[in-house]
Amino acid sequence: MDTVARTPKRRKRMPLNMWGWIFIIPFFIAFLWFQAVPLGETFYFSFFKYMKVTSATKGTFWIQKFIGWDNFYSADPNVSSLFGPGGYQDIGYQNMYIFGVSVGKLYAPNIIYYLINTMLIWIMGFIPQIIVSLALAIWFTDARLKLKATGFWKTVMYMPNLIMAAAFGLLFNLMFSSSGPVVQILNSMGILSGEFSFMSNEFWCHFVIALINFLMWFGNTTLLLMSGIMGIDQSIFESAAVDGSGAQRTFWQITLPLLKPIFLYVVITSLIGGVQLYDVSYIFTQGGGGMNQSSYTIMNYLADLIQHNNYGLSSALSVFMFIITAILSLSLYFVNNRNRSADKDVASSRRKRFREYGEFPGTAKDIATFKAMKQGMEGGK
Amino acid sequence: MERTLIGLSRMTRSQKVVLNTRRTLIYIILTILALLCLFPVFEVITNMTRSTGAIATSIGFWFGDKLVENWTGTFARTSFRMDKAIMNSLIVAFASATLSTYFSALTAYGLQVYNFKGSRAIFTFILVIMMIPTQVSAVGFVDMMTKMGAKNTLWPLFIPSICSPVVFFYMKQYMESVLPMEMIEAARVDGASEIRIFHQMILPIIVPAIAVQFIFAFVGSWNNLLVPSLLLDGGPNFQTIPIVVAAFNDRSNPQTFDLGQVYVVIFLAIIPLLVIYLFCSRFIIKGMTEGSVKG
Repeated sequence: MDTVARTPKRRKRMPLNMWGWIFIIPFFIAFLWFQAVPLGETFYFSFFKYMKVTSATKGTFWIQKFIGWDNFYSADPNVSSLFGPGGYQDIGYQNMYIFGVSVGKLYAPNIIYYLINTMLIWIMGFIPQIIVSLALAIWFTDARLKLKATGFWKTVMYMPNLIMAAAFGLLFNLMFSSSGPVVQILNSMGILSGEFSFMSNEFWCHFVIALINFLMWFGNTTLLLMSGIMGIDQSIFESAAVDGSGAQRTFWQITLPLLKPIFLYVVITSLIGGVQLYDVSYIFTQGGGGMNQSSYTIMNYLADLIQHNNYGLSSALSVFMFIITAILSLSLYFVNNRNRSADKDVASSRRKRFREYGEFPGTAKDIATFKAMKQGMEGGK
Repeated sequence: MERTLIGLSRMTRSQKVVLNTRRTLIYIILTILALLCLFPVFEVITNMTRSTGAIATSIGFWFGDKLVENWTGTFARTSFRMDKAIMNSLIVAFASATLSTYFSALTAYGLQVYNFKGSRAIFTFILVIMMIPTQVSAVGFVDMMTKMGAKNTLWPLFIPSICSPVVFFYMKQYMESVLPMEMIEAARVDGASEIRIFHQMILPIIVPAIAVQFIFAFVGSWNNLLVPSLLLDGGPNFQTIPIVVAAFNDRSNPQTFDLGQVYVVIFLAIIPLLVIYLFCSRFIIKGMTEGSVKG
């Protein structure tokens, strides 16, 4: 060992690459401590009966007992499990409603009912959102229209994205209360007469929550689609215009097909956000989920279970959420991959770039979109 | 946006009429959407100045004279301490925005400048963990924090932001385009330490990226309800604004449920952010779409 003669300079300085490790260490300590370990624990707890129990003789205490898959499925109706018959006891075999239509006693665990309702709310908000955003993005980037003050419109329409979702929920709860401003406006227009409770109607409850989601996210989606459109080679639009293609035809045959990748990104990331819907439905329905729990989302269920100190069942639910999110994320990855492999030359050059420079294997546009969307999701939820 | 307008000059009169009609229709739609976005905010500001009775019976088209009562009433409440909540929210949001931007920049710099063995694998790994939502590890997190006695303290709400994959990703992308490798080399030759190079040379260069991400991180933390509501249950001294918003929603006691005060709380929850947004909206919107235009 002592054969290596060290120069003073060497002794003074660590190898440069060590600094790379030092700089990234805090990030990974935080990751291990606050994300990886809790995630592992969550998976571990999902096989345990782990909850706080209060009994008359022994007072309040925690039990932690290995029960295998019982948190996920147990045929015993006395054991609460996600998918077993014990799972739907807490709402007492009530009739279940989807958009106000009774689907009878839904012989499915209530987690499925919550999932269906969560998805219904998402769809109701997302369909108008994508249509409006697409239209706005096209108009804002249309050279022939030459709209004035696009900066102003964009500023105003992105603004709701920054509003606290909880405050939005409370505000709409007040505005849509049974004799609130909206009912008054509808009264004065002659559409309604007297009081109307949005909250005690499944459809309208979904509608208002979806409206909040729409307002919060359409500006964000517009910006994303706009960046997608501006990323398309402008000469394509120019030559289309020279060839006499009208606005309609340009949209259907050029813009939309070229926008497909970013479009799918928007759909799937919005879906991931939609599954995690929490604040708005929690505040808007004051925690109860509205009529027949029709606006009670999966995340509301998770938070309730944690707050009631049932860590075992909530862990199982987290695992279920994790699987859903993983499937959605993977589909995002594959959709993106398929789109890319359409052009093999481009794909191979990107792979090369990835090998050589460690770049994310996508176009600059993909990366920007991905980044911006992820950002939007984190910001709101 | 600036496009060469081929075809415009060849337009006939009737085509121009069609275009103008379309334009008018679009302006009408834009106005309706903008009103939809602005009306709730307007409603908050007007109703904040009105009495509960007035709010309950009529739409807030104009201001009332109860501003002072509503404000003093809100801050005099004992079941929630609005002043404490604002302080807590400010501390958590500032700390978490600072930590996430600083450590993300540090990590991105570490991976960008030092091309050590495994750095690419680490980058891919961070992209993967970016997709895991924080909610799914919430149970383990709450359990761990309870065991550590960290319930009803603020640090579990901001220390975890040291690991913010999204912010990291943005920083990495930004550094790829702006980092001056020659200058770093020159500074090394001059004997500057690596830590000093990062703090005195790199941080000033990436200030635009830090500013954008700081705002987004601040907003995200300020608006977060789920994790604080799971960790803070120790009464009025340990609340953040979203928790107060949720608590104010309790209608069980109509005596204390004061609509004017509710609107003051909503105002405090959303308006500070909106004011900041109005001042730097250009910047924020550019940050949202930046990079894509370049590509």
